[in-house]
Amino acid sequence: MPIKVTKLTHVYDEGMPTEQVALEDVSFQVEDGEILGIIGHTGSGKSTLLQHLDGLLKPNSGSIIIGDTDITKPGVSLVEIRKRVGLVFQYPEYQLFEETVEKDVAYGPGNLGLSQEEIDERVREAIALVGLDFEKIKDRSPFELSGGQKRAVAIAGVIAMRPQVLILDEPTAGLDPRTHEDILNMIRTIHDRTGNMIILVSHNMGDIASLADKVLVMDSGRAIACGTPLEIFSAADKLREVGLDLPPVTEFCQKLGIPGTVLTTDEAVQKIKEFIGA
Amino acid sequence: MIRDITLGQYYPAESPIHRLDPRVKITATLLFIIELFIVDNFPGFAICAAVLGAVILVSRVPLKFIMRGMKPILFILFFTFALNIFMVKGEVIWELGFLHITKEGIRIAVFMAVRLVLLIMGSSMLTLATKPLNLTDGMERMLSPFAKLGFPAHEIAMMMTIALRFIPTLLEETDKIMKAQQARGADFESGNIIRRAKALIPVLVPLFVSAFRIAQDLAMAMEARCYRGGSGRTRLHEMKLKTRDIVAFILEAAFLVLIILEARYF
Repeated sequence: MPIKVTKLTHVYDEGMPTEQVALEDVSFQVEDGEILGIIGHTGSGKSTLLQHLDGLLKPNSGSIIIGDTDITKPGVSLVEIRKRVGLVFQYPEYQLFEETVEKDVAYGPGNLGLSQEEIDERVREAIALVGLDFEKIKDRSPFELSGGQKRAVAIAGVIAMRPQVLILDEPTAGLDPRTHEDILNMIRTIHDRTGNMIILVSHNMGDIASLADKVLVMDSGRAIACGTPLEIFSAADKLREVGLDLPPVTEFCQKLGIPGTVLTTDEAVQKIKEFIGA
Repeated sequence: MIRDITLGQYYPAESPIHRLDPRVKITATLLFIIELFIVDNFPGFAICAAVLGAVILVSRVPLKFIMRGMKPILFILFFTFALNIFMVKGEVIWELGFLHITKEGIRIAVFMAVRLVLLIMGSSMLTLATKPLNLTDGMERMLSPFAKLGFPAHEIAMMMTIALRFIPTLLEETDKIMKAQQARGADFESGNIIRRAKALIPVLVPLFVSAFRIAQDLAMAMEARCYRGGSGRTRLHEMKLKTRDIVAFILEAAFLVLIILEARYF
């Protein structure tokens, strides 16, 4: 289900002394099955943009067309948007509230008004998809899990709603390297299994370079660039201007004097071998 | 939506009222409340209203802003007004079934309404023109003589300071959790009151968890900076009464005497 965002503008506290333009004329397009990475420094409007895509905020002007529906139009029901779009907030583990993991994951599908069998099936599927053992974990309290498990359960709670577009706001923030890798692999698995579109906000340029098909760069509420990771990370100076940087491996290869833009460790290993072999 | 709630409403401005010592302002507010209960006739209220008007003018807090704070008490205002107007016995001037309005009823209803409005406007001036932290500091200093009798003045002031400090934090947290649950299909706006109350459970549980986490972190951070209660604690900003504070205090006393004389001789 493709998404087309056109000239999206959002102003907080319009007409008040605290007025603040959070989004200004943001336009971009994502095709079905793509992984879109959004980067930008803190306060550049990323979170505001995500909340618009999920219908939690309404824009002052502009449109968001998901599939064939403009979700900014009045009268579009939130349930309809939820069926299409699933948003995982930053630190989603803070939204867990039920007594057991199973009940917590079932909260979202339950709100969609599905039958009990359907809900059970989705819960089972979602917990497996985030890499947890359903039988072992279903009756445990979400509050006694480890940090990484909590986050996985919280993500499962959104996946269980089977959104056609999955949005993740900094899904790896504050995790140790191992859990960080687990979450990234989980995102890859979800994408491989469902083939749906994934939108990912991250401050980790390495993650974006290795996962995304397309990168959107935000700066002070504006979308200043949109393209493939190769295009975006080839323009290092432009990125530094807006407070961003290259993935460490890209910068390393650049300093070594390897021509071109290297995005992943595997690619770097190969290029370096060629470089010193020659 | 949740951002619209204003609590501990402080109106930032540069004015002589804002600069006064908080102790002087707290005393003035207490005196003003007492004066409103000494007054027993309308000319007395006129004097009180004039003084309050002058204070508002000097403080540069827009009247519109003060009026906004009056909205929540409109109901109480109408309720007391209606009770008084129908319940007071005396010379009947209008009657419908068991309802009757008396001359005394109207007088007392208006009298009470004016007293209530002045009371609320007067006491809201204190919080509008004083930073919450100065306010609790002032209270701590005013209550400190009672500390010798075992009254925990410092602890109470610290609790109030912390509570005020964390109101915006918790509001933000609530907003975040509500949005996260909305993203999972939660619906807070439709259904009867029981359904709506139930819909709040997914917000309240994470909110309590967050509140305890924040409290624990704060306790740890305070201990790490050697906080050990009020005894022997010095402060960064010593409160000293300046000339303007003394002038304000004399004006307050004069106002009190004026009101007592007015109530006694008119």
